[in-house]
Amino acid sequence: MRTITYRQALNEALAEELERDENVVVMGEEVAEYNGAYKVTEGLWKRFGDKRVVDTPISEAGFIGMGIGASMLGVRPVMELMFWSFAYVAFDQMINNAGCVRYMSGGKIKCPIVVRGPANGGTNVGATHSHTPENFIANTPGLKVICPATAYDAKGMMKSAIRDDDPVYVMENTKLYGESGEVPEEEYTVPLGVADVKREGTDLTIVAHGRAVITALKSAEVLAAEHGISAEVVDLRSIRPLDEETILTSVRKTNRVLLVDENKPFCAVNTQIATMIQEKAFDYLDAPILRLNAIDAPAIYSPPMEELQLPHPEVVIEKALAVCK
Amino acid sequence: MNSAIDHATSPINQQLSSEGKISILRDIVRIRRFEQAALKQYTAGKMGGFLHLYNGQESVAVGTISLAGESDHIITAYRDHGHALAVGMSMNECMAELYGKATGCSKGKGGSMHFFAPDKNYWGGHGIVAGQTPLGAGLAYGLKYQGLKGACLCYLGDGAINQGAYHESLNLAALFDLPVIYVIENNGYSMGTSQKRSSAFKSCLAERADGYNIAWDTVNGEDVYEVRAKTQVAMERAHEESRPTVLEISTYRYYGHSVADANSKKYRSPEEIKQYQEHHDPIVLWRKRLLEEGVLTEDQASEMDKEAKAEAKDAVKFAEESPFPEPKAILEDVYYEVDQGTEAGQTGKHFFND
Ligand SMILES: Cc1ncc(C[n+]2csc(CCOP(=O)(O)OP(=O)(O)O)c2C)c(N)n1
Ligand SMILES: [Mg+2]
Repeated sequence: MRTITYRQALNEALAEELERDENVVVMGEEVAEYNGAYKVTEGLWKRFGDKRVVDTPISEAGFIGMGIGASMLGVRPVMELMFWSFAYVAFDQMINNAGCVRYMSGGKIKCPIVVRGPANGGTNVGATHSHTPENFIANTPGLKVICPATAYDAKGMMKSAIRDDDPVYVMENTKLYGESGEVPEEEYTVPLGVADVKREGTDLTIVAHGRAVITALKSAEVLAAEHGISAEVVDLRSIRPLDEETILTSVRKTNRVLLVDENKPFCAVNTQIATMIQEKAFDYLDAPILRLNAIDAPAIYSPPMEELQLPHPEVVIEKALAVCK
Repeated sequence: MNSAIDHATSPINQQLSSEGKISILRDIVRIRRFEQAALKQYTAGKMGGFLHLYNGQESVAVGTISLAGESDHIITAYRDHGHALAVGMSMNECMAELYGKATGCSKGKGGSMHFFAPDKNYWGGHGIVAGQTPLGAGLAYGLKYQGLKGACLCYLGDGAINQGAYHESLNLAALFDLPVIYVIENNGYSMGTSQKRSSAFKSCLAERADGYNIAWDTVNGEDVYEVRAKTQVAMERAHEESRPTVLEISTYRYYGHSVADANSKKYRSPEEIKQYQEHHDPIVLWRKRLLEEGVLTEDQASEMDKEAKAEAKDAVKFAEESPFPEPKAILEDVYYEVDQGTEAGQTGKHFFND
C-alpha cells in the first residue's frame, strides 16, 4: 500500500469531501492563499476557489460562531483553528451554541460542523499554545471529539466527521503531521466511536489517544525486547463517542492496565477510562490501574524540560513495569 | 499625510537633549542587533518554538516608550523583544529566555512570546492575538483606581484589531475613562494576510475608535519625532483627562511573520521589502537625522553599532553557558500560595501527579 503523511491524509479527506458535497466549506486563518499555517489545506484554494476555501480574519469567536450558524442552515463548514489553544477565544460559540442549541430547541436544530486543528504540546511554544482540550470537549454532551494518531485514521475519521450531522471537534497534532503511514488509494471511512488495537499483547493493556499512542507503541517494543512483557496498545481514536467494549475486551484478556494521556491529570480523558474499567471490569484486574499524564503544570517552554513534562517512553516503561510487578 | 509638519518642533521633541536623541538611536540599534543574533542562533537550532522578529519596527517601541515615566506601563503581543529591550530589560535575560535557560527573564518558562518584567512596568509578552488588550485596559483601570497619574501603552497588530476582546476593551476604556493608549503597530500584514484582506475599514484602522468616542490618530512610524509627538498627545490625554486614545502607527517587518514563516516572500514582493529597507529604515533615518543635526558623528554611530553587536554576542555566550531549569522547576511558579508555602498553599491538594 502507498504511504503518505498524516498531513496529506487530512488534505485528501478535505479535498474528497469538498468534491463530494458542495455544502462543504473549508474556513479559517491562512487556510486559502497561504495554504494553511501547517499546510494541511495546501492546494485546496487553488483547486476549489474562493467560495469553498475561505481565509478569515483573526476573529475566532466570530468566524467559528459564523460557521455554527451556517451549519444550522445546512452548510457543512470545516473550520480550522491554527491551534486548538485559540479555541479558548471561541469557547462560548463552541460550547454554548454548537453544544447546546440542539438540546435547547428540543431537537429542531442540528449543527453539522467540524472544527479541526492541532492540539498538542511538545513544540516549545509555551503554555498559551500547548493546550489539549479534548477532555473539556468530551465533558460537553452534544459535542463529539476525536484524536486520530495515524495517517490512515486521520483521513478516514475526518471524512466521517464531515459527514456526521453533529458537531465534531477534531484534534490533530503538529508533531504527527509529518509522520507517514499506509493509506489506501481507494475511498474509505473510519467510523467515529470505534477504538483500534494498534498492537496485540497478552500481559498488559496500554490505552492511549493521539500522539500518546505512538509513545505507547515505542514503549511496547522496549517492554517486549527488554522485559519480556507483551503489551497490547488500544488507540481510542474517538474520545466521545467512546468505544468502551474494545477497552474492556482487552482488559479482560490482559488483566493489567496503564492509561497514557498527554492531557493534564485532573479529569483527563484517562480519568474517565479508569473509572469505567473499575466499574465494568473490576473483577478482571490483577493490579491497580495506573495512569500517566503530562506533568501537572502549564506547558513549560524550555525545550528539554517540555520533553520531560510530556509522557515519553522511559516513564511509560517505568509505569508499565509497576503495573506488571 | 503629515509631511508638511516637522514634528521635531513639537515641545516634547524640543525638550529632548542630545543625549536623549542618541539614547533613542542606541536602543533602536540594540534591538536590531539583538534580533539579528537571535535569528542566527535560532537558525542554528539553539532554540525551540517560534521567533517573531521586530526588525524594521524598532522606532515604534523605542519612540513610544521613550515617553514612559514612572507610572506608565507597557504590554504587548508575542513580537515582544523590542519592547522588552526598550523598557530596559537586559539582552542577557532576553537571550537566555529564548534558549529556555533558567537565567532567562521568565526562567525559561515562557520563551520568545512571553517576556515579562513587572519591575520595569513591562507586563508581557502575550501569545494569544489581542489577549493583551483587555489586560491593557485593566492596567489602566488599576492606575486610575489607585489614584496614580499614569498611562498604559498597549500594543497590538493590524490583525489583532479584529478580535472581539479588542472591541470590548475599547468600549470599556471609553465608558470607564481609562488612561490606556492602544498602539496599533500596522506593519501591513497579519501572517500572510494583507490588511485589505483581513479588515473592513473606511479610511484607516484607528478610525474604528470613532464608534466608541475615543480620540485617535495615525502616525508615520519611521519618524521618531512624529511617533513621540503624537504619542505625547495621547499620554497627556491619559494623564490629565484619564481618557483613552488609539494610535495607528505605520511600520514594516522585514522578516517573515516568524522565522518559521515559509511563505514570507510569497505574499509580498522582495521589491516591497527592499523598498522599505532602503527608504524607510528607522535606523538609517534616525541616524541621518542626528548626523544632520550635528548631534552625532559617523564615528559615534559606528561605535554604537559595534557595541550593540558585541553586547548581543555576549548575550549569546551568556545564554549558551547558562544552565537549563531543573526538572523540579516544572512544578514551581504555578500557584503563588504554594510557592510561598503559605497556609492556603498547603491546604488541599494542588497537584495531581500521583
Ligand atoms: C487567538 C489567536 N489566533 C491566532 C493566532 C496565530 N497568530 C499569531 S500572530 C498572528 C498574526 C497577527 O498579526 P498582527 O496582529 O498584524 O501582528 P504582527 O504579527 O504583524 O505583529 C496569528 C494569526 C494567535 N496567536 N492567537
Ligand atoms: Mg501585522
